[in-house]
Amino acid sequence: MAKTYQAGVKEYRETYWMPEYTPADTDILACFKVTAQPGVPREEAAAAVAAESSTGTWTTVWTDLLTDLDYYKGRAYAIEDVPGDDESFYAFIAYPLDLFEEGSVVNVFTSLVGNVFGFKALRHLRLEDVRFPVAYVTTCNGPPNGIQVERDKMNKYGRALLGCTIKPKLGLSAKNYGRAVYECLRGGLDFTKDDENINSQPFMRWRNRFEFVMEAIHKSEAETGERKGHYLNVTAPTPDEMFRRAEFAKELGAPIIMHDYLTGGFCANTGLAQWCRDNGMLLHIHRAMHAVLDRHPKHGIHFRVLAKALRLSGGDHLHSGTVVGKLEGDREATLGWIDIMRDSFVKEDRDRGIFFDQDWAHMPGVFPVASGGIHVWHMPALVNIFGDDAVLQFGGGTLGHPWGNAAGAAANRVALEACTEARNRGVQVEKEGKGILTEAAKHSPELNAAMETWKEIKFEFDTIDKLDVAHK
Amino acid sequence: MSEMQDYQSSLSNPQSRKFETFSYLPEMDKDQIRKQVEFIVKKGWNPAVEHTEPENSFGHYWYMWKLPLFGETDVDKILAEAATCHKAHPTHHVRLVGYDNYAQSQGTAMVIYRGPIKA
Repeated sequence: MAKTYQAGVKEYRETYWMPEYTPADTDILACFKVTAQPGVPREEAAAAVAAESSTGTWTTVWTDLLTDLDYYKGRAYAIEDVPGDDESFYAFIAYPLDLFEEGSVVNVFTSLVGNVFGFKALRHLRLEDVRFPVAYVTTCNGPPNGIQVERDKMNKYGRALLGCTIKPKLGLSAKNYGRAVYECLRGGLDFTKDDENINSQPFMRWRNRFEFVMEAIHKSEAETGERKGHYLNVTAPTPDEMFRRAEFAKELGAPIIMHDYLTGGFCANTGLAQWCRDNGMLLHIHRAMHAVLDRHPKHGIHFRVLAKALRLSGGDHLHSGTVVGKLEGDREATLGWIDIMRDSFVKEDRDRGIFFDQDWAHMPGVFPVASGGIHVWHMPALVNIFGDDAVLQFGGGTLGHPWGNAAGAAANRVALEACTEARNRGVQVEKEGKGILTEAAKHSPELNAAMETWKEIKFEFDTIDKLDVAHK
Repeated sequence: MSEMQDYQSSLSNPQSRKFETFSYLPEMDKDQIRKQVEFIVKKGWNPAVEHTEPENSFGHYWYMWKLPLFGETDVDKILAEAATCHKAHPTHHVRLVGYDNYAQSQGTAMVIYRGPIKA
């Protein structure tokens, strides 16, 4: 029998709390960490999140009756305690697939992390994880090339790739900048990178940078006999301008460009990734602004969700944190989102902060990029943590070498190859790291000097965003 | 602290040319090569041998030595095949590849015999 219209405010849980619901294989599932205002029952808060991130509004409206709201609504189907935290809880919500436009990371996040995050009945809200069903994954283009294709194009096998961000990050002229790139590449790095702050400032306009950098790439390739690249940052004030820069990079024969997917936005990023697929260009993704969203343990969006968003939107590299360097990153949690970037199937694993199985079907993987405060002494740990499918980026750890960039690059390359060679032999590289590096340095004065320079530097602050574990 | 050294590398000196993985390490001895072959076998990859003139090493396609040794897990046989290739082409780089058919790519590739480079 058809429903009758009754104006007024209903409790959310009457409609949106459905503990009896079994999620469908095609549902998008979300896990939120909810911290409600005092006095709001858990079921009501969970239902409110489901409602406000899907079909609901604060009052009944007559047009609700023109559709099948029971089909379209988000459903809060489970609540769990947060280990070690009495004030918050996890709410699990299922959304029917057709709430979202196909292939639109923009649309999914407009709903999932839209108005609901400002909702007054909540003190804090954090999106911990999202399960994208294969039915949705296959509507997204994903990485333009993926790990395997990048290896084939760049001819790099059996080891991690090496990069370096050019510094100082602001103020160099284009010609001096190209010099720094050339020195790094001739010394043995695979890639150099524009700093994210470099777009097209008065001291170095993008076009000049692109031209000088390409000369550096060509000469270092001829000199070393190896394939090289530089992430030309095409992040721009407008999409039109972004594509103009990308087109010019292609015209010059650049193998890879770069975009900042959060400040640039999902719309621009998805468009650029599609352009890269169409034009055979590799795409490096930086993540400026991520810590604003993902660092607070009770509010925002966890990085594992941002990583999934990027894999769907498209990118061949994504910064992942290093575990061992100067930037935030818990080891187990980092291992979790590295899997999310690279693997075709990731199993639920609460010890790594992964709340759902995630099947990526045929979608290619993304190279995690470890960058920030790392140097040769970290190499054994990095090889152990990241394996081969990663880009290890030593900025200061290359440019800060006492003999300059080329020597710094060679030191990193020798250290990487020595650790990889030892790992293949069955040596436990993290445990035997010092011996491996010391032995390798006998044949490499550059590595020896690097080891003398950075021996004592450590970053040992505690991680702020830890996995939720019981402390009692 | 060690005294500053110049980084020796130039277009005019062919010794500056590298050839990817492990080319920044000293040439591997017999035992080290064996360990790398064992690694490829343990990974379940298909070993293959390729070779080229050092001056043509930049290209993606080197000369394939016969066919990849599909399913070969005998380390001695793999080493013998590489040695035969080296003997037939003593002036070439000889590369050992581990084809990973699940990744549809090469799991690893490394030069195990280095051709003499004319300075």
